[in-house]
Amino acid sequence: MNPLHPPALTGGDVYRIHWILGTDHLLAVCHCGAEREFEDPAELWDWLLAHPDGHHPAAGAAPAPADAPEPALAR
Amino acid sequence: MTAFVRNQWYVAAYTSEVGREPLGRTVLGEPILLYRTEDGRPVAMTDRCVHRRFPLSEKPSRLDGDRVVCGYHGFTYGTDGVCVSVPGQQRIPRTARLATYPVVEQDSFVWVWIGDHEPGDTLPSRAPWLDSPDHTVVSGMEPIDADYGLLVDNLLDLSHETYLHGGYIGTPEVADTPITTEVDDKAGVVHVSRHMDDAECPPFYAHSTGIEGRITRWQDIEYHAPGLYLLHSRIAPVGAPGPNADGSDPDAFHVEVVYGITPSTENTTYDFWAVARDFALNDQEVSDFLQENNHTVVMQDVVALNVLQKALDTEKAGYQELSINIDTGGLAARRILARLATDGTEQARAATR
Repeated sequence: MNPLHPPALTGGDVYRIHWILGTDHLLAVCHCGAEREFEDPAELWDWLLAHPDGHHPAAGAAPAPADAPEPALAR
Repeated sequence: MTAFVRNQWYVAAYTSEVGREPLGRTVLGEPILLYRTEDGRPVAMTDRCVHRRFPLSEKPSRLDGDRVVCGYHGFTYGTDGVCVSVPGQQRIPRTARLATYPVVEQDSFVWVWIGDHEPGDTLPSRAPWLDSPDHTVVSGMEPIDADYGLLVDNLLDLSHETYLHGGYIGTPEVADTPITTEVDDKAGVVHVSRHMDDAECPPFYAHSTGIEGRITRWQDIEYHAPGLYLLHSRIAPVGAPGPNADGSDPDAFHVEVVYGITPSTENTTYDFWAVARDFALNDQEVSDFLQENNHTVVMQDVVALNVLQKALDTEKAGYQELSINIDTGGLAARRILARLATDGTEQARAATR
């Protein structure tokens, strides 16, 4: 089973936040491909909206088109 | 308080409310008179006579053809807001003119543009189910004595259904099911998705759909900041097939819950609510049930938000809140509203330069 919900919004500037099933953690995925886990949604938004500060997409990760699997899906 | 967002469309009324009797609404602190011309066109203008500020929506003010006559001293205005008659003299002061508002009738709502410039090509976001032959709609409007941001918070986090609306639309699974949040910051749209695979069927859906067992229940929120909220609700018996690739979904019941969130004053809000269903279209008993049941649910929110606003009013400045995972969508909405409010203020400054 795919643990992450498929995208609903399309567009190039969409932030996605997944509540990771079975945990209390949130996975923030920036439109640039950068990802980070958080326990506090306020800190999460501070980080997401600071883009590009502190956003370091994983090596080889290109910004994900809305209809393609996000980098996090491969985990 | 949550800052007002100018240069936006807001729901001012249902189309059915705007007719040949003057209607007064206050939107973003601006008193607005709404009525319909003899040929059926809705118009909106300032709801205060230029003379002594008497509300033109209050009796004995009245319509005379397409004109509105102030009930206090008889100042008379055309649909363009221009005063065409004053008592006892021929000369009409040049400043005797009411501001008018752009109006759009769409999806059973009358929308007004509150802005410092014309809307141009900008149109309100859509809620097509409210004016569709494939759906049956129940609706209402409740004023809330609270900052509109409290209603946005309330609607973006539906885990409160389990507690505030238990026995109506809330079941344990709502609060217990994780959400996915997506935000298109540029478009000002927040999407919050909660898909429950195996949930208790709350009375609201059991009675209206006839489902007796457990259900898959999907809640997909689309919030178009600042003023339109859509909840796409999908209900199906557990084990029923899912939606088809072409978007058709014959094995499920669909309810589109629509809210027009309209800030009235800094601490009052119009809560326009509507429930559109794609089943039992001609069943009046189902309509009566949903009207009554959803009104009860809305009033549970109204009472709670009124209490919350009173409590917040007594808090010292700089009080702290605590946000947890369920608030991810609400926090996104707050940030978008803050950005839109700043953008709107900058547009206003630019317009006056």
